[in-house]
Amino acid sequence: MSSELVLQYLLAGITSGSVYAIVAIGFNIVYSTTGIINFAQGEFVMLGAMTAISLQPFMPLPAAIALAVLITAAVGALVELVFIRRLRRPTVMRMIIVTIGLSILMREAALHIWDERVRSLPYFSGDEISSVRILGAFVSPQVFWLLGLGAASVTLLGLFFRYSLTGRSMRACSANQAAAALVGIDTRRMVTLSFAIAAAIGALAGCAVSPIAQTYYDCGAPLAIKGFTAAVLGGLGRSGSAVAAGLLLGALEAASVIVVPAAYKDAVAVLVLLIILSLRPSGLFGRHDEARLKEY
Amino acid sequence: MKIKTIIAMAALTGLAAPAFATDAGTVKIGALFSVTGPASFLGAPEKRTAEMLVEQINARGGIHGKRIILIVKDTGGSPEKAISMAKQLIEEEQVFAIIGPSTSGETMKIKGLCEESKTLLVSCAAAEDIVKPVARYVFKTPQTDADATRRIFEVLKARKLTRIAALSSNTGFGAAGKKQLETLAPDYGVAIVANETYDKNATDLTDVATKVKAAGVQAVVNWSIEPAQSIVAKNLRQIGLAIPLFQSHGFGNLSYVTAAGRAAEGIIFPCGRLLVADVLPAEHAQKALLMKYKTDYESRYKPDAVSTFGGHAYDAILILAKAVETAGADRDKARDAIERIQGLVGTAGIFNFSATDHCGLTKDAFEMLTVKNGRFVLYAD
Repeated sequence: MSSELVLQYLLAGITSGSVYAIVAIGFNIVYSTTGIINFAQGEFVMLGAMTAISLQPFMPLPAAIALAVLITAAVGALVELVFIRRLRRPTVMRMIIVTIGLSILMREAALHIWDERVRSLPYFSGDEISSVRILGAFVSPQVFWLLGLGAASVTLLGLFFRYSLTGRSMRACSANQAAAALVGIDTRRMVTLSFAIAAAIGALAGCAVSPIAQTYYDCGAPLAIKGFTAAVLGGLGRSGSAVAAGLLLGALEAASVIVVPAAYKDAVAVLVLLIILSLRPSGLFGRHDEARLKEY
Repeated sequence: MKIKTIIAMAALTGLAAPAFATDAGTVKIGALFSVTGPASFLGAPEKRTAEMLVEQINARGGIHGKRIILIVKDTGGSPEKAISMAKQLIEEEQVFAIIGPSTSGETMKIKGLCEESKTLLVSCAAAEDIVKPVARYVFKTPQTDADATRRIFEVLKARKLTRIAALSSNTGFGAAGKKQLETLAPDYGVAIVANETYDKNATDLTDVATKVKAAGVQAVVNWSIEPAQSIVAKNLRQIGLAIPLFQSHGFGNLSYVTAAGRAAEGIIFPCGRLLVADVLPAEHAQKALLMKYKTDYESRYKPDAVSTFGGHAYDAILILAKAVETAGADRDKARDAIERIQGLVGTAGIFNFSATDHCGLTKDAFEMLTVKNGRFVLYAD
């Protein structure tokens, strides 16, 4: 096989990997605060993209995306206030079940607000057939947007969680809710905030992914499955690792297509995930002792 | 415009002659459509179309004074739901006939059920298995996969393209198309060099496109009904493959063209004539009916554009209406009447049924179309 072809497979892997990576980031935020997996994360992705597509005829693309991110963040906060905060005894299991219910609810709502048709945002730069040539192989310019936005989100979230008082309070909630409450952190507010941020990141991901993967009312679940896989592979709670794992997952899938029929692509990815998780239960980049500190 | 409408009205009076008689009873028709779920792009326009056409027929006084009652059930594309809903329609509602389901998988699950209970079933799904072998009470309105494949191979042969890549999605529709492509390729001297199946929820198919590029083929035939068919078009162009791309009749929905944008230009696919109704010559037998359906649908369900899938529901009701008109609302007599239908102009083509042919269409029902400036036009070599 020529080196150009190998590079083309790699770029194919990076393309789908960048989609998984940017979706994966959102999972970590709710997890970092509450220790739960938000199964409605895929629906935030769908909602953000659908909202931006509806707003786009009335305003420039960046404004439509910004507004869609804000609207989805508000929906995220609202969802938490209405459904999760009202749980009498919010155990991890109950919260997870509520998020599964929410995902179904949001999907059906989207079907009624919009319809079943497939839509997409325009490419941020270039169009459907433009591509960047790298050493004889090609990649869509949208991939650079995905990587850039992914990197920016990870950096900003990292700074926020590490240095701002709010971010540190959110991490404290994740470590130990009771202790966090004792030192005066309003833990419920932190949970609401984490849903709002997760929804905002999800919406941004949805907008960036839309030109490549296209958007329809139930596109959230398949995206979320891949994003979740990447998040677990990287080690939950770490946004940077999620991005790296997403790209790795994409590259693995593309590499598998070289040797086996494309039909087995997902099977190969899942197999790798199982092997890695059995060897390193806390994820590829997660630390074992860190995982042990979490209470479930 | 007005003249066209008058012609169209004239064409339709044949099937549902305005009856001035008072209420002569009702005809209950059940409909199983996947209005939501993964096959909603089939079921949703089918539901809209069926509701519109039934309303139109009833507004004209029904069929010989018999009003149609349409009961639509949403299967969500699930064969299990289709079975239980079919049972409800047959046992509780005691319907005269069932139209739908939208997908071949669902239809095959209820084929036996309708046959046993002697309920007429006019399916809106394409697979050949639905009418082969013939079941006495089961009919279908879409053209068959095999005919679509033949039309594609005819173009490949005419353009001397002999090495192709066959791509399909992991759905019933994709699998059926893949099977037809593999079976018929040798008849046309075509070699399938790369043969790949991909996930129906795929978000990007650059890797599959790369495999196609590595195989060094002269053309690509893609068989799927999901957004993937737009994604595949984009990815092939993005990696610099400019070879002809053929799609199945599942591409007959303008939203896929919009989604693929410039990458959709030049895609060739077989399709019923509905999508090119406006450029058909005025004397074409289907012109008046197609234009009426298109204008009615698009003015009522704006901004939704008409699609061939909705047309399958249109044809199903036309066929049932014709049967009731000639034989009355008796299931067995109506069944015999359908087998005698000749030259019935529908949206998918001109139907000629017989005791051995419960589809009634030939490969001439397909026209080869291509995309030019974001619109569907007739393909010319």
